[in-house]
Amino acid sequence: MNSMKGLPAWGAAAIVVATLVLAWWLIPGLHHGDGGPVADQFPADDFPSTYHPRPSKPVLIKGATILTATDKEIANGDVLMQDGKIAGVGQNLTASAGAIVIDGKGKFVTPGIIDIHSHLGVYPSPSNEATSDGNEATKPVTAEVRSENSVWPQDPGFSRALAGGVTAMEILPGSANLIGGRSVVLKNVWSTTTQGMKFPGAPYDLKMACGENPKRVYGDKGGPQTWMGDVAGYRAAFAKAQAYRATWQKYWKTKAGDPPDRDLGLETLALVLDKKIPVQMHCYRGDQMATMIDVMKEFGFRIAAFHHAAEAYKVADLLKKNDICAVMWADWWGFKMEAYDGIPENIAMVDHAGACAMIHSDDPLGIQRLNQEVAKAMASGRRMGYPITRAHAVAWMTRNPAKALGILGQTGTLENGKMADVVMWDGDPFSVYTHAEKVFIDGALTYDRDDPKNSPRSDFELGQEDNAHTGGAGQ
Amino acid sequence: MRYVIAASVFALVGSAAVAQPAGKQHMMYEIVVDANASQPTVLVKHGHVYTVGAAGTLADGDVLIGGGKILQVGANLSFPGAKIIDAHGKPVTPGLMVSWTPLGITEVDLVAETNDEASNQAQDSAAFDVADAINPSSTLIPVARIRGVTRSLTAPVDCGSTFCGTAAVMHLGLGPDLIVKRQAGVLVELEPTGGAGQKNARPDIWSKFRETMDDAREYWAQRGGYHRPGGSRDQRSARIDLDALGPVIQGREPLMVHAERVSTIRQVLQYAQANKLKLVIVGGGEAWECAKELAAAHVPVVIDNDINLPASFSDLGATLKGAARLDEAGVMVAFQPQNDGPAHYARTITQIAGNAVANGMKWDHALAAITRNPAQIWGIADSYGTLEPGKDADVVIWDGDPLEVTSAPSAVFIKGDAIPMTSRQTELRDRYRDLAKKIPPYGYR
Repeated sequence: MNSMKGLPAWGAAAIVVATLVLAWWLIPGLHHGDGGPVADQFPADDFPSTYHPRPSKPVLIKGATILTATDKEIANGDVLMQDGKIAGVGQNLTASAGAIVIDGKGKFVTPGIIDIHSHLGVYPSPSNEATSDGNEATKPVTAEVRSENSVWPQDPGFSRALAGGVTAMEILPGSANLIGGRSVVLKNVWSTTTQGMKFPGAPYDLKMACGENPKRVYGDKGGPQTWMGDVAGYRAAFAKAQAYRATWQKYWKTKAGDPPDRDLGLETLALVLDKKIPVQMHCYRGDQMATMIDVMKEFGFRIAAFHHAAEAYKVADLLKKNDICAVMWADWWGFKMEAYDGIPENIAMVDHAGACAMIHSDDPLGIQRLNQEVAKAMASGRRMGYPITRAHAVAWMTRNPAKALGILGQTGTLENGKMADVVMWDGDPFSVYTHAEKVFIDGALTYDRDDPKNSPRSDFELGQEDNAHTGGAGQ
Repeated sequence: MRYVIAASVFALVGSAAVAQPAGKQHMMYEIVVDANASQPTVLVKHGHVYTVGAAGTLADGDVLIGGGKILQVGANLSFPGAKIIDAHGKPVTPGLMVSWTPLGITEVDLVAETNDEASNQAQDSAAFDVADAINPSSTLIPVARIRGVTRSLTAPVDCGSTFCGTAAVMHLGLGPDLIVKRQAGVLVELEPTGGAGQKNARPDIWSKFRETMDDAREYWAQRGGYHRPGGSRDQRSARIDLDALGPVIQGREPLMVHAERVSTIRQVLQYAQANKLKLVIVGGGEAWECAKELAAAHVPVVIDNDINLPASFSDLGATLKGAARLDEAGVMVAFQPQNDGPAHYARTITQIAGNAVANGMKWDHALAAITRNPAQIWGIADSYGTLEPGKDADVVIWDGDPLEVTSAPSAVFIKGDAIPMTSRQTELRDRYRDLAKKIPPYGYR
């Protein structure tokens, strides 16, 4: 209290408290309460992350093949992790005293894999009526819901994905609805709470869906029944959000009368209009992507990526021009009409056109092998004559999803100062025979294939006699 | 044209193109090649040949193909007038076979009129026969075969009742008739399907299963008299369904049972042994837990070995090590395509096999699980499954390790036909491969 001369201790404390309370209301991101948009802007985050990196010693991996995801492959290279961050990538690095040194001979090191499209936790294993929390399929626009409020952190799928080298993922609501709700980005760490997994500082996204799914779900429940009905639905929702935003802006300016009623859905859409929440848009067909680009321009929001973009290769030039990423599978196709034109060269062709291309799983099995999915896409591109290096292809599962999620500043490449989200593979990650051997999240060894004690298991799996035979993330 | 050649290593069996063995030191064969045949005789030279048969692997081997059959496999073969294909040391394998997939009976899953995967009647129907629906014009067939898949055990998918229908073996070559074998097994669903409002308890399933099997046995015991008044007691099942169960109750063709939980697998294993049925477990997430019992009873397992999550309470023990453990115990294993076998993903069968190897299965056993094993399980081993003289010429030349995700075939033969390496997907790729070129418009490319 010496710095608060002339004030009694209780007075200084009162000032501190008052300042904190003021900051609570005024600084965006700190205010998470029930007050709504009273700080002259819509609140940014109501379920704040409680994630803290596990404590870790410095780690130096020596003599491995490093794929940095910045189009660089370093033979016989080293990666140094310290204080949870990447502290060095190169050759002949030296570790501080007390560092754990790992022989990387014959190993490969990549950034942690990021899956931009997962329903782990919201459609968990085991799948049944009690656990299926992914689609609020009660009306076509449910901007008010958030996948983070549905995530079951005990989904065994999280640990299986970890054994596949996945260190972060976006969990989205399903695609039954035109506007399905907010998505959340999680670190792939074991936690009893969803907040304990939440990627600090990652922006929310809004999940929207083109095409067949909303038509199928609502066609005989009052609509939309057609694709044109879908488009009218998006536009009507954003027109309403424009009016809602104007009402609040007017109130913030004048402070006349009572504040307007708070509408959680329109509040989310207003944040989308403010470009604080980008859109992740499920959209298979090229022509539908073009339509959505026009809707985006009409209302001034931002589409970060088209997901399941089976026909992205037909409009890759348009995607590049509008700086929208395409999120694709390696070889899924044909399960519905809008997926009928999916081809294995899709990712390579979008990439070749200079647009932002990436893999995704949308699947609790696929998420365990995204490296193999990238390998298939890379090989398909090579067979059509594109000289795609593995140094380049690795970005399809690391850098590009980080970019589309707005977390490239924190993770997604092996560069100094970034979160030490790192995978050491026991061979070329683009081989079917290769396993993720060690997975680090913020520098902490989170999965070790050689050490069952470092292989997390969900509560659900405990005491299940069958799993005792195998058990853990690498099951 | 007539040629006499020497074959010192391999016996030629059952080929129409081969006649009159002669000679002493070497077995001599006269090969008759019809000069007007649509298929030229082809000699694949310098392959790393995985015969998957008794001859094992030939580091520098040749394969002679003619008249739709494999004529010879060995080193330094020659044949006048044959079209030579140099494999440049790359792997040569039998064509691959997928098991328990609706390949050929679906085009777009969610377009109902293209989808004949399961009965819409919501009732038991062993007579639901996929052979009635196989479509040789399906675009899925070229997509799969240019990735090395040449055979399919095409079967209904889980149908929501107990008896789901009759499977068939098809080839993926040039049509119009792709059916290799009809009535190749009947699929029975013994796991509760769950879902909203559905009470489908195991004892319900079993009582229905036993009753229908009993009816089928009684019906077949006095089939001739079935239509006579008083010739048979009333049976719940339709005559056509009891007919379809004939080959199964007689132990000639497989009872394909979808079961995941080990207790269900053990129970149906006992039932099959007591009733002398030819049982094949499909699904089998927990089958590895009773691997020794399955091996002792010679019951094979068809598995999607990538499934390692408790998708339901019936497969809590599913693990990536399942196939390896079954194989190690001596169970014959075959693979389903990725994600529980959808027809569109038939080409992922190599990845499934590769992942089984990555999790402990021997490489050559994994290759057998997509060639020789399914040939034996589905009863076509006399004509397919290995690279041996006399078998149908399903031959694939690969650009790398066939189980590796970066590999693909450079040439595919099915029943001796050189398959065009094109599909609807390659045509879409080629139409849009140059977006910078604006003329002609894509629709004219």
